[in-house]
Amino acid sequence: MGQSVLVVAEVRNGKPRQVSLEALHIARRARLPDDRISVLLVGHRLEEAAELLLPYVDGAVYRIDHPRLEVYNPETYASAIGSLLRDLQPRLVALGHTAFGRDLAPVLAAKLEAGQISDVVALEGEGAELAYVRPLYAGKLFETRRFSSAGAQVVTVRPSNLPPAEPLPAPGKLETVAYVPPDDLRTVVKDVIRQAAGKVDLTEARIIVSGGRGVRNAEGFKPLQELAAVLGAAVGASRAACDAGYCDYSLQIGQTGKVVTPELYIACGISGAIQHLAGMSRSRVIVAINKDPEAPIFKVADYGIVGDLFEIVPLLTEEFKKLLASPAS
Amino acid sequence: MNIYVLLKQTFDTEEKIVLREGRVSEDGVKFVINPYDEYAVEEALLLKEAFGGTVTVVSVGPARAAEALRTALAMGADEAVLVDSEGREYDEAGVALLLEAYLREQPADLILAGNFSTDTGGGQVALRLAERLGIPHASSIINLEVSGGKATVVRDAEGDAETLELALPALFTAQQGLNEPRYPSLPGIMRAKKKPLKQLAAAELGLTEERLAPLSVRAKLALPAARQAGRRLSGTPSEQAAALAQLLRGEAKVL
Repeated sequence: MGQSVLVVAEVRNGKPRQVSLEALHIARRARLPDDRISVLLVGHRLEEAAELLLPYVDGAVYRIDHPRLEVYNPETYASAIGSLLRDLQPRLVALGHTAFGRDLAPVLAAKLEAGQISDVVALEGEGAELAYVRPLYAGKLFETRRFSSAGAQVVTVRPSNLPPAEPLPAPGKLETVAYVPPDDLRTVVKDVIRQAAGKVDLTEARIIVSGGRGVRNAEGFKPLQELAAVLGAAVGASRAACDAGYCDYSLQIGQTGKVVTPELYIACGISGAIQHLAGMSRSRVIVAINKDPEAPIFKVADYGIVGDLFEIVPLLTEEFKKLLASPAS
Repeated sequence: MNIYVLLKQTFDTEEKIVLREGRVSEDGVKFVINPYDEYAVEEALLLKEAFGGTVTVVSVGPARAAEALRTALAMGADEAVLVDSEGREYDEAGVALLLEAYLREQPADLILAGNFSTDTGGGQVALRLAERLGIPHASSIINLEVSGGKATVVRDAEGDAETLELALPALFTAQQGLNEPRYPSLPGIMRAKKKPLKQLAAAELGLTEERLAPLSVRAKLALPAARQAGRRLSGTPSEQAAALAQLLRGEAKVL
């Protein structure tokens, strides 16, 4: 008899997030011949997401759907999922390494007395031989890990690193799991303020325009924001810029802060301290603009411009505007 | 208020990683309090200043981790506990078990920790601990207010701000922006030398090495391929800007 390989999927605007399909890719690689792949959805109004995920399972799409689960509450979600896990006894549980998965996975791992491998960026082998590659020191080093116990396993996957799963030939079934809200809740969600619509999230951005000490003050981010607007890019910053108070810490890219892997990273007035490079050097294409020709950022940049960012960046904004007005051939 | 802070000693984030005989070399490395744990220490000290009580910093680590605990004592923590892991490689599940065994016997109102460590970065230990202790938690917090046996926190969830109210005792993990950690003062450093730093072994916490055996193991370590420096553009600023736009489309194909 096979076991369950379970993905706890995330829903955004009624649809499954891409990272949940990437977690399903792990499920496919980890499964043993008799295992069944299942998905668990927790929240409210999950019909559409459940239908969309059905082709990816040959076990079930479990749905815990209740008005009281509309927003994420660490306590209610963990208890709702915990009771299903006790019944299902999955071999492996996979989640995205996102705000949701980072919060939930260790709690589920503790409930299952499971080992957990976090923030997986690549896989080697499959089935019982599957090994997981993950960054250490924010990507200055990579380790390959394997589970070493016979017990349950929990894995979280970093978004946009693994391919999404392909649909399976034999579809699974939809199952509704009853939810009884606990009456002795110790955690209450008072308010949720969603990030401004249209704002591009740093960790998911295709292009990032980032500023360092060279922007000189909060006002100095303005040309970067204008460039970002033309490119549909997110704005980031180095620790030096955050520490100096030029911008909010939520913009920080580096070993402290966020690790990003955009298609294009434009570093403006960033010297390239080691801890910053750890957070961005896996970007596909890196552009550096800096007054100092000796700045270490040039050692990792595909294209370097030595010059004053306050002169160069507005010129780039104009050039990109012209370029994007003409179709790529 | 009895506040406990989980603390890990990590490499300074400016350190380069060097592999020697397949292991990470610690030669000449500067060690610090994990930056996210530093926010947790600072928040504990702010709470102590507002409400009174004691701040105890707890670490599972090798002998060298005592330095990081001393630094926290110099910042103003009252007591430190080092659970010795010298020569052993516990995984996150094992570290959580050790912390649970210690904290179960302590009258903690509040447990604070960092969001994740900048070395292994799994972000598991504190949340596993909360679950094992059966107390509520909120992770990645950027604001914390305590009143009347409750804590109200703001959680940073990928840019969304979630306000949660939790009944104490509870555990919180600190995100960047929670506060501005203080530097140890000279008198603080002097006082820290006389503050208690207790050392505990796993056996004293009633845990066997078998129970603490890691549930996953490292098979390989590898440095990423070094990035090659590309080309410097030349010409007037306008020429360089125009050339870059063309290269990003024609050569790099990102636009």
